[in-house]
This record gives sequence, C-alpha cells and structure tokens, in this order.
Amino acid sequence: MADKINYKEVFFNPLSKDNPVIVQVLGICSCLAVTAKLEPALVMGLSVIAVLAFSNVIISLIRNTIPTNIRIIVQLVVVAALVIIVNQLLLAYAYDVSKQLSVFIGLIITNCILMGRLEAFAMGNKPWPSFLDGVGNGLGYAWILVVVGFFRELLGSGTLMGCQVVPQSWYDAGYANNGLMILPPMALIVVACVIWVHRTRNPELQEKA
Amino acid sequence: MENFNLFIRSIFVDNMVFAYFLGMCSFLAVSKNVKTAFGLGVAVTFMLVVTLPINYLLENYVLKAGALSWLGEEYAQVDLSFLSLIMFIAVIASMTQLVEMTVEKFSPSLYASLGIFLPLIAVNCAILGGSLFMQQRGWTSVWTATCAGAGWGLGWLLAITAIAAIRERVASYSNVPAPLRGIGITFILCALMGIAFMSFLGIKI
Repeated sequence: MADKINYKEVFFNPLSKDNPVIVQVLGICSCLAVTAKLEPALVMGLSVIAVLAFSNVIISLIRNTIPTNIRIIVQLVVVAALVIIVNQLLLAYAYDVSKQLSVFIGLIITNCILMGRLEAFAMGNKPWPSFLDGVGNGLGYAWILVVVGFFRELLGSGTLMGCQVVPQSWYDAGYANNGLMILPPMALIVVACVIWVHRTRNPELQEKA
Repeated sequence: MENFNLFIRSIFVDNMVFAYFLGMCSFLAVSKNVKTAFGLGVAVTFMLVVTLPINYLLENYVLKAGALSWLGEEYAQVDLSFLSLIMFIAVIASMTQLVEMTVEKFSPSLYASLGIFLPLIAVNCAILGGSLFMQQRGWTSVWTATCAGAGWGLGWLLAITAIAAIRERVASYSNVPAPLRGIGITFILCALMGIAFMSFLGIKI
C-alpha cells in the first residue's frame, strides 16, 4: 500500500510490462478456447473487462469488512453474481455469440486473472485505483485475445469478423486456408509467438536458463 | 458398458487439457517437476469425482426448469437455471474446504504433500468446466456423471504428468532460444501434445 499510487502505472503496466496473459500467465484457458474467430474473442475481452473492473470496485469497497478466512468464497460469490449478469445480457442481446462462447462465459468466474487481481490489488487499495487496475488488466487480456483471434481467423478461414478478406483470385491461384489454425493447439503456438516477440523486445523479462 | 465407454472417451478424446483447454493456468504453473504435478493431478481427479455427481443432483432436482416439481404442483413452473453458476461454484468452493479439513485430520502425510494445492483447486477451471459441460450434455443418470468426472480427472492427471516429465528433460538437456525459455517453450510443447492427442478424435467408442 504505497502512500502515493501512480495512476498512470496502474493503468498502463498491465498492457505490456506486466501483462496478465503473456507475463503473469493467468487466464490462459479462455484465451485459447475462444479465439478461433475474431468476434467471440472481442466479446469475451469486453465481458472480462466489465467483470474485472466492477468486481475490483466492489471488493475494494468492502475490503475492510471481509473476514480473512472466508475471503475466497466472498470473492467468488461477487464475481459469480457479476458473471450471471453478463451472461443474461449476452443471452438477450447477442445470442449467437453467446452460443459460440458456450461454457466459457461461465468460466470467467474461475479465470485466474480475476482472483489474482482481487487478491493482489483490490484487497489493499481504494476503489478508484482498483477500477483503473481492473480496466488496465482487462485491456491487457483483451488485446492478446484480439491479436490471437485476428491471426487465427485470417489464416484459418480467410475472413475477419465474418467478412471475406482474402480475395477470391488468390484461391483461384492455388492459395488455401490453413485448416490447422482453426484447431485449438494452434492457439498455443500463436500465443508462444506473441511471447517470443514480446520478450525479444523486453529482454528483462527473459527467464534465466 | 455405456458408462465405461464414456469414461474412456473422457480420458482420451474429450481430454480436458488438450480438447477444451481447461485448467491451463495451474497446468502451466505447477508442471515444473513430476512429483508435484502428479500430486495436483490426484487432487483434481478427486474433486471432479466428488463435485460432478453433487452438481448433477443439484441441477436435476433443484435448478432445472420444472426440476422442483417433486415439491408439489405449484413448484413445477419454477426455473432457477440462472442461479446455476453461483450454486456450482459454491459447491466446489465448500467441497474444497471440506476435503482440505478431512484430509488434514485423517491423513496428515497426504495433507503435507497435497496441502498447498487444495485451495488452488477451487479456482481450477477444469472443475467448474466439468460441471458446466454436464449441464449441456443432458445425461440421464448420476453414474454417468461420476464416470465422466473420473475420466476427465484421469485425463488431466495424465496430461500434467506427461508435460512435467517433458519439461524436466527440456530444462536440463536442450538449448532453447532465450526469449522462449520457460513459459514460451511450454506453450509450444503443449501445442505439439495437443496435436498428438487430436489423433484420438476420429475414434468412435
């Protein structure tokens, strides 16, 4: 609990230096499973930003009244309630996408980013910085999702957001979609490439042999 | 026989890690050596076997549309399915707590080796994922749910033990490019294992 919190750092660190996905390795499960197409990846990113920001604020507001022994259950209940709201909203306004995401909206509850941030930040900070921290980490998660979704959809189906982007003449000339990109294991390879690029540019993050 | 087939399918074809990518966080974090990986795998298997039947009964006798009809005619219309997420996670969190206390009381040696993993399991997505898949599949008996739970758990155990063994070798014998060391190469290993596991996909049991 620093006396003076640097709001800028709280917001921008999770985007690159302290990214939840590629540096802290949290929230991998959903990151891999929903990124076969760009659209569900975007929706998933937005849902996580919303849940993370609001659960951070709520936990931060009641942080002094939660008994330490049962804090995990309290946190899970708060997160679960928010996820139910998001789930119902998606069912009402974006039914197709919510069908594609299937169980993964429910699994936001057990997304380790949420528990990690609640434990590490919201339990010890005021609501406003907690909100910034939640939005920052959510964005850090979302941009990885969007990058992975972009490459997988482009190379795997030749489309973006469902629109054809690879011209028909290429197919006529013998270009073929890489069907492997649609399958889940390739998501791991794409994330590994993102980590590779990111750590090449930030050598201080590289692990010692 | 049906249930046995489902059990085998859940281990190989519907493998939690390689087919659904659930439980990846602890899968990547706790797979540095075989011994701890095996311990976590056992704990996850146990929790899946215990929570899946409980959540199955909850779903079918409390939460589903019309599930409360055993209480009387006037309850037949009640649909509590929007509460399922919060109920499932509450069951899982409290079972974790219970198991932790029981193990601590009756088998201190097991507790000493599993102790640190038990709290981690409450937020392992493989466990909640199992319950959510159960909700979608519409199984007809509680034994089916138990068999699937056991299969998913063993599949997870198999996956984490295998990757831990590979990581031990990679760490001591190979020269990985510096930016890929640690987590990067683990992702790629995982992808290769996933592709290997995809060869089970075509098999109909």
